[in-house]
Amino acid sequence: MATLPPFQELLDEHARDVLGFLVASVGPHDAEDVFQETFIAALRAYPDLSHGDNLHSWLLTIAHRKAVDHYRAGARRAVPAGSAEEVGGGVAVSDEALERAGDDGEIWKLVSVLPPKQRSAVVLRFATDMAYSQIAELLDSSEEAARRNVHEGLKKLRGELR
Amino acid sequence: MNPITDKELKSALRGAAGELDLSDATARLLERAEEEGLVEVAYATVDSPFGRLLLAGTDRGIVKVGLPNQDVDEVLSQLAARFSPRVLEAPRRLDPARRELDEYFEGKLTAFDVPVDWRLSRGFADKVLHAVARIPYGKTLSYGEVAAKAGNPRAFRAAGTACGINPVPLIVPCHRVVQAGGKPGNYGGGPEMKRALLELEGSLQR
Repeated sequence: MATLPPFQELLDEHARDVLGFLVASVGPHDAEDVFQETFIAALRAYPDLSHGDNLHSWLLTIAHRKAVDHYRAGARRAVPAGSAEEVGGGVAVSDEALERAGDDGEIWKLVSVLPPKQRSAVVLRFATDMAYSQIAELLDSSEEAARRNVHEGLKKLRGELR
Repeated sequence: MNPITDKELKSALRGAAGELDLSDATARLLERAEEEGLVEVAYATVDSPFGRLLLAGTDRGIVKVGLPNQDVDEVLSQLAARFSPRVLEAPRRLDPARRELDEYFEGKLTAFDVPVDWRLSRGFADKVLHAVARIPYGKTLSYGEVAAKAGNPRAFRAAGTACGINPVPLIVPCHRVVQAGGKPGNYGGGPEMKRALLELEGSLQR
């Protein structure tokens, strides 16, 4: 059996990052619900973990999956009017909109237009400083793909993608 | 307009959580975890005239009282290893015990009502501590007398050891076990604490 730290330690050390990830991923209105879903799921699974390494990534992996579930369940993907345009199958956002959203703390609305892997990759990289190797593991992809997801995500956010 | 820089994006993404109250979210999470039976060991730290106490409880009762000189992290790790890693700071479960301890220190309570989870004591030590639990407020017994009540009159040293490893001091009143000559003797929380408790209960021989 693995020697696992008391779960409270995970809350003390990682709850802030998880909440930050979720606010940037699903927005402030829904973040708390998904935060609860994340930690309840973690609590359920916790005793069965085979080791206590990298619990930070483990928690963010669960948060990422819960955020994806949340979107699948039909949550609003709010894109400010007049700021988005269809670009080659994706949606691009203007710089003005991006800056405004940054100022208003509504960056999540713009991030929300990204496909799930790009969305999570960008948020993980910029909101939690996660290493590419860990992002790759979390997204179940190669490190190269993780870098690409961040890069492409940023390009879409900047409206450069054609 | 200049394209948003990485720095600005980072700041925007990081700042997003700013308005949400983490302590609110955590408090509601704990409530839900309790409702779903996922808090297998709940703990709280409470103040006392002797310093900070740690209280821990399972669904069976109070399983551990940590005296001020005990390392909290070490105790919590032991509880995680022994029972379940689902150890969380959930003070509400410990409120009844906290209230009784407050009243005890104020001299108003002479018998604890809260259930005790006895799983941290075993064998002869368990028998000794059950005998200790029956010593009334204001009374004392010697180690030999307690050993006898536990079934082995000669095992006064083992009785002493059992008292020393009492997982639930104060509630299981090992401070009421004194040396044969009447001197208070040793105590997990230190001899001064033992004296103070015996004085509180009016049983200190002068």
